[in-house]
Amino acid sequence: MSGLGLSVRGLRKAFGTKVVLDGVDLDVPPNSSLVVLGGSGSGKSVMLKCILGLIPPDAGQIIIGGQDLARVSRRERRALLDRIGMLFQQGALFDSLPVWENVCFKLLAQKRITRRAARDRAAEVLAQVGLAASVGDLWPAELSGGMQKRVALARAIAAQPDIIFFDEPTTGLDPIMGAVIDGLIVDCVQRLGATAVSITHDMASARRIGQQAAMIHQGRIVWTGPAATLGNTGNAMVDQFARGEREGPIQMELRR
Amino acid sequence: MLLVDLLAGIGRPVLSGCAAVGRVAIFAAVALSHLVRPPFHARQFLRHFLEIAYFSLPVVALTALFTGMVLALQSYTGFARFNANAQSAVASVVVLSMVRELGPVMAALMVSGRIGAAMAAELGTMRVTDQIDALSTLATDPIKYLVTPRILAATIALPLLVLVADILGVAGGFLIAILKLGFTPATYLDASWDVLRAMDVISGLVKAAVFGFVIGLMGCWCGYHSRGGAQGVGQATTAAVVLAAIMIFGLDYVLTEAFFAR
Ligand SMILES: Nc1ncnc2c1ncn2[C@@H]1O[C@H](COP(=O)(O)OP(=O)(O)O)[C@@H](O)[C@H]1O
Ligand SMILES: [Mg+2]
Repeated sequence: MSGLGLSVRGLRKAFGTKVVLDGVDLDVPPNSSLVVLGGSGSGKSVMLKCILGLIPPDAGQIIIGGQDLARVSRRERRALLDRIGMLFQQGALFDSLPVWENVCFKLLAQKRITRRAARDRAAEVLAQVGLAASVGDLWPAELSGGMQKRVALARAIAAQPDIIFFDEPTTGLDPIMGAVIDGLIVDCVQRLGATAVSITHDMASARRIGQQAAMIHQGRIVWTGPAATLGNTGNAMVDQFARGEREGPIQMELRR
Repeated sequence: MLLVDLLAGIGRPVLSGCAAVGRVAIFAAVALSHLVRPPFHARQFLRHFLEIAYFSLPVVALTALFTGMVLALQSYTGFARFNANAQSAVASVVVLSMVRELGPVMAALMVSGRIGAAMAAELGTMRVTDQIDALSTLATDPIKYLVTPRILAATIALPLLVLVADILGVAGGFLIAILKLGFTPATYLDASWDVLRAMDVISGLVKAAVFGFVIGLMGCWCGYHSRGGAQGVGQATTAAVVLAAIMIFGLDYVLTEAFFAR
């Protein structure tokens, strides 16, 4: 298992007349960890969904592991997408299934594991995200927000993906739980030896998870650089965003 | 100018209506194509089949029983005005109306309210909480996993429910005829049995299967394509029930025409 590289070229997506992505370019080398910063509604989730093939882009290329997703056969495409893990913004746990079936969903769907073995495997993966095996028998609705995030993380890593996407993994959690989740993400990504792309608007989280950082604004990537420098990058937009200042080149559009 | 505006005003909704019908048809075709393409989600099918067939029994049974009772009472008071041979007339009306018409339609409407609404609400919630997208990222085709088992379960379960409804409807009519109208049990049952043809039962069951398919299809379609949070899910649920009910009545006419018009 080794990380897969990702490149995005000229990705565009508009909903009706509203242009959300206006030519996004992004490069993530294998085994690296990139965080993408951007304000609410700046199209971060839409970008991830385009990469995952959940939303058809209007234009642009998505290259995973050196292969252009639009140019490979359906089979190869499926094989590539199969190596991707995704943690959704709201967790997106299946509430009609108990936690253990959620965690091993993909393994069960691909018949890589029997239902009996899945329970043990779920307990193993749950332990990796700091949850007791007994949590496996609960339903998603019975879990707190932080536990749901952990289970969603467990589900994303259970099939041992080579590239993982995290959509705002710490949004809606208290700062301590946020730090815990960040720590788990870093651990899991390292253990898998995977490439990681995380979306966030939480600076502390960005510095903890990312090696590289990129900022998306008005549908384009306006800056990329080392995550450690966030806050004094010399780029006025990024620094304003990182420090959370009202005055600066970014004007919040309250109405459009 | 006015004419052009008028034509455009008529044309636009007609065209968008046709486009919607086309999209539903494609959705149905894709869902059905998964019936012959492995892997199959038997566990999902069984879960929904149980939910539809078994847990709908009480509502369908009560509806059918009361419908049969009302039918017997109404037709008796109606025929009394013509001095007709009330006994065999009531028996025939009850059994034929139940088996051909009211059994399938009543059961379908009840199941639509119960199951079609639940399907739309469940899939709608899954849509707006990204669970449907999550399925795709977990090597599972959402239509194969969510839609095909539900439509198949509804299509198979409804005829079984209608069989029960037919029997209970006739039983309801029988109860009223014997206890209230003072008919003799043997004569009433003979009269019912004599008038009934195999085609009556078969047409009712075919109707039921078609209605089941429509309920599953509209529930899944509306839920699968819902958007816009809790309100969107509410609208999808309403639309699923209303659209299914309209299609049930429309198709009921078409099927009746096909079976019995000569
Ligand atoms: N399916 C959709 N249809 C129409 N507009 C959408 C859709 N999905 C997202 N949008 C719009 O795209 C913009 C970016 O959304 P999103 O990517 O979710 O933002 P965020 O950066 O906070 O994740 C928002 O203004 C949203 O309204
Ligand atoms: Mg988002």
